[in-house]
Amino acid sequence: MSQINVRVDGVAYTDDVEPRTLLVHYLREQLGKVGTVIGCDTSNCGACTVHLDGAAVKSCTVLAVQADGGEVTTIEGLAQDGALHPMQKAFHEMHGLQCGFCTPGMIMASVDLLRENPNPSETEIREGIEGNLCRCTGYQNIVRAVQQAAGEMAGSASAREEVR
Amino acid sequence: MIPAAFEYARPTTVDEALQAIADGGEDVKILAGGQSLIPVMRLRLAAPETVVDLSRIEELRGVRDDGDALVIGAMTTHHDVLTDPLIAQHAPLIAAATETVADRQVRARGTFGGALAHADPAGDLPAVALALDAEFVIAGPGGRRTVPAADFFVDYLTTALEEGELLVEIRVPKLAGQWGMHYEKFNRVAQAWSIVAVAAVVRRDDGHIAEARIGLTNMGPTPLRARAAESALAGAEASAEAIAAAARSAAEGTSPSSDLNAQADYREHLAQVLTRRAVTAAAGL
Repeated sequence: MSQINVRVDGVAYTDDVEPRTLLVHYLREQLGKVGTVIGCDTSNCGACTVHLDGAAVKSCTVLAVQADGGEVTTIEGLAQDGALHPMQKAFHEMHGLQCGFCTPGMIMASVDLLRENPNPSETEIREGIEGNLCRCTGYQNIVRAVQQAAGEMAGSASAREEVR
Repeated sequence: MIPAAFEYARPTTVDEALQAIADGGEDVKILAGGQSLIPVMRLRLAAPETVVDLSRIEELRGVRDDGDALVIGAMTTHHDVLTDPLIAQHAPLIAAATETVADRQVRARGTFGGALAHADPAGDLPAVALALDAEFVIAGPGGRRTVPAADFFVDYLTTALEEGELLVEIRVPKLAGQWGMHYEKFNRVAQAWSIVAVAAVVRRDDGHIAEARIGLTNMGPTPLRARAAESALAGAEASAEAIAAAARSAAEGTSPSSDLNAQADYREHLAQVLTRRAVTAAAGL
């Protein structure tokens, strides 16, 4: 067993894990963060995407011990004070899902994409989420949702600039 | 799927890492970004006794200018390669190929050195390193040695790295003169491995192609240089016809596999087509 100290969705945890424990299993089984799902188990589908130290990663392809000293954000930590993150709201409003299984990973990957590229073209969105598979929607409404969120987040960013 | 149990070491210096490898028992695996190793361990295709995780070794990260060469730390992530100004300036071929590796989540963790040491023939970076005549700096118990790319890739998933050794950095010679570079990749779906890909580095001189270096991805158990096509291009006119003629010899001396994605003869055809496209783009036509 190895002891890890990790912040997950703003809460500090100290836990013993086996070195072979995958981050996704730690999140789901030890912390009960079942909002992060396991889709393919082969690093392809992206359903288990979380942010580790600010970057989107596939939590089935990271060891829990590698998150030691780090900060993890899951889909459960995205909403602030009960208000949905603009990306969550956009997926809801644009109906960027059907069965919803890929949605947590889609949202986490899309938030990461906008962090680096706040105003992506449609092509850049499609390429930016190439690591996330959706078998229902054909991606059309997912792309629209990311576009809407980009617009809303840019608007609130410029609103903050004006307040300054 | 969960990996088999293993001992875990997380050194913070190269010397500590070499010691951890030496102390790790019979079957030690080195964890760089883990984006190939962890899937293989989950499938239990590998069940090492010890895993030595390099992620906390700061000296292995980053790109530096060493006069006539760029030096890329083995643990520099694909993401950091893509945003590095020195690579953009001196070796844009590396960034062009890295952009096609897997997806952004994998590129956030996966590393330049890890991909080269893994030496998957369908991986994009080995052929690029070969085309750029990169050199591999390897640390071992007896000190450091440097291996040219032509000698680094030995066989399928096999490199010149010996047991107890560690790839620490990759030296990429800066190119003098007017060089163009292009990476042309063929695959069926986003984030998939290359069925075939071609890395082309071309120096133009007064309407002619002075020199061409062509690396082939997935045309054999190791990355290969398309030597016959390179010879045909040396001194040739920089024209669509001359490039097309030279590209017809791109598959000479290769031994591609047949699998679910493509038969060998189809891969040979792809090598020719993609060489024509890659050289044409690299020559600025």
